[in-house]
Amino acid sequence: MSDTTHSTPAAVSGPRSARLLPYLLSLPALLVCVGILVPFVTAAYYSLQRYKLSMPQRRGFIWFDQYWNFFNDADFWHTVYVSMLYTVSTVGVELLLGLGIALLLRERSKVNNAASVALLLPLMTAPAIAALMWKLMTNPGFGVLSWVISLFGVTDFKWASAPSSAMFTVVLVDVWVYTPFIMILLLAGLRSLPTQPFEAAKLDGVPAHFVFFRITLPMLMPYMVTATLFRLLDSIQQFDIVYAMTQGGPGDSLLLFQVSAYLDFFQYTNVGRSAALMMILWAITYALSNVFIKQWLKLRERTHGAH
Amino acid sequence: MARIDGTGSPIPRILRAIALVVVLVFFLFPILWIFLMSFQTNETILAIPPSLAFTPTLINYTSLISGHLQTAAGSLDLPFMHNLFNSVLLSSVSVLVSLVLGVPAAYAFARFRFRLGEDIAFTLLSFRFAPPLLVLLPLSLYFKDLGLANTYTGLIWVYQLICLPLILWIVRGYFEDASPDVEYAYRVDGHSWWRAFTRIAIPLAGPGIAAAGLLAFIFAWNNFVFALILASADKQPVTVGALAFVTASGIQYGQIAAAIVLSIMPTLALALYAQRWLVEGLSLGAVKG
Repeated sequence: MSDTTHSTPAAVSGPRSARLLPYLLSLPALLVCVGILVPFVTAAYYSLQRYKLSMPQRRGFIWFDQYWNFFNDADFWHTVYVSMLYTVSTVGVELLLGLGIALLLRERSKVNNAASVALLLPLMTAPAIAALMWKLMTNPGFGVLSWVISLFGVTDFKWASAPSSAMFTVVLVDVWVYTPFIMILLLAGLRSLPTQPFEAAKLDGVPAHFVFFRITLPMLMPYMVTATLFRLLDSIQQFDIVYAMTQGGPGDSLLLFQVSAYLDFFQYTNVGRSAALMMILWAITYALSNVFIKQWLKLRERTHGAH
Repeated sequence: MARIDGTGSPIPRILRAIALVVVLVFFLFPILWIFLMSFQTNETILAIPPSLAFTPTLINYTSLISGHLQTAAGSLDLPFMHNLFNSVLLSSVSVLVSLVLGVPAAYAFARFRFRLGEDIAFTLLSFRFAPPLLVLLPLSLYFKDLGLANTYTGLIWVYQLICLPLILWIVRGYFEDASPDVEYAYRVDGHSWWRAFTRIAIPLAGPGIAAAGLLAFIFAWNNFVFALILASADKQPVTVGALAFVTASGIQYGQIAAAIVLSIMPTLALALYAQRWLVEGLSLGAVKG
């Protein structure tokens, strides 16, 4: 991205229209999205109010009480806990599995290329639909997975319908959908690495584990960091899979941030609490996305800088 | 010493082959199983142990297409095909609107350094990462006042949050990769800015624009939460419709499977067609495959 490439075409026309042109081109896109900023401000405003749709007469400003109350609110800490558990389990498993599969498919061959394309199919399945697919497969009556584990003598595993295994089940669906995301980014990264260090290591007879930890991993790090942050951002906001699978249940076992806010709003009509929960999630994702965008820009410049 | 490329001793090669088979089974089995299920009657689906020896039937698909489900309790009307139509309409119109808005903006960000330019570009990017419910819940109250609740217009507007950042940042990369010199020469010949943009810049970025459009279509199609909150049954796409379908049809598992197959086929087919650009699209233009 050199500065000179940006000025030449504009310099041809008159100075004033040249100055206005980029704004005229980009403002429609911005204006369409700014409409969305209004609800954001509204959400911040609601979060400072006692506001239940079922009790409009009790509506009033309570400033930051909603946030202070969270400190002593066991339900809130439970939401924080399950959200963190979900995020760390899904992203952790997906990173390890995605890295393993990327290493497996690293060499360009017909089989590997076909496999990498086939593995993208779960990622292209709508997450809500993916949850329904797994729901059919884990049905206690006829689900094929319930039958498979019964072959191993496990007959009382209730998948998503028991509090003890619900988290495992939705994490499994998330892993099924999103591992290919990390896999495909790391595979693209692996295949773009320069070959000389690996050839040199081979000539010198450097052991494979040494090559992996000292050459492959450090060189792949920018891709791993970007892919992981990307997934962290999406995973902490997970809604589709959990809602389609169990709607947050059984009990309160899967009340992630967005699921909890959804139920607060529609089931308990507690607009104020729901908005405050979303503001907290927004603060987390805002901090994360700032880190992410820095890493993402580095990768982007690497891809688009060399021309 | 075992060589990492696996050409040395046969053991690593065999281990790799086994690992690859396990991986492929885990990731492809669910799709295959639901596909098979959609051609079975409820009797064969409920049979234990599950068997692959069944006579395929199209009954699930025909009853979905006709919209009448035969259940034990009688006939039930389920307009799933209408959900499918909604998905096609919402996704394609959203992508078209996004292209009209996003391509000129991408060009502006790629070709001009202007005040607030990068701020605007990153603000648009940040919409991709904000929690959707943060805006959707208040928006559902606004939409009622504005008369946009349960309208295609309202949904297509909100879908811009998915499509625009994607199109903007992928197409921007393509404009940046194309040298501005050709446009410059064309302009020196006395052609207007607009002609240079439409005759030179857009054709050069053509493959990128097409890829971004296809990917935006996939993501719009797969979206669930926007329509769940902002639309009622008659405007809902397949993602939300399939969930309602499960609740309504109860134990008609063959038909549920057929509905799932119809819901995922379009995006899977598009993904196979657009595989070359998927890496780029998934990374919002930061990594090329």
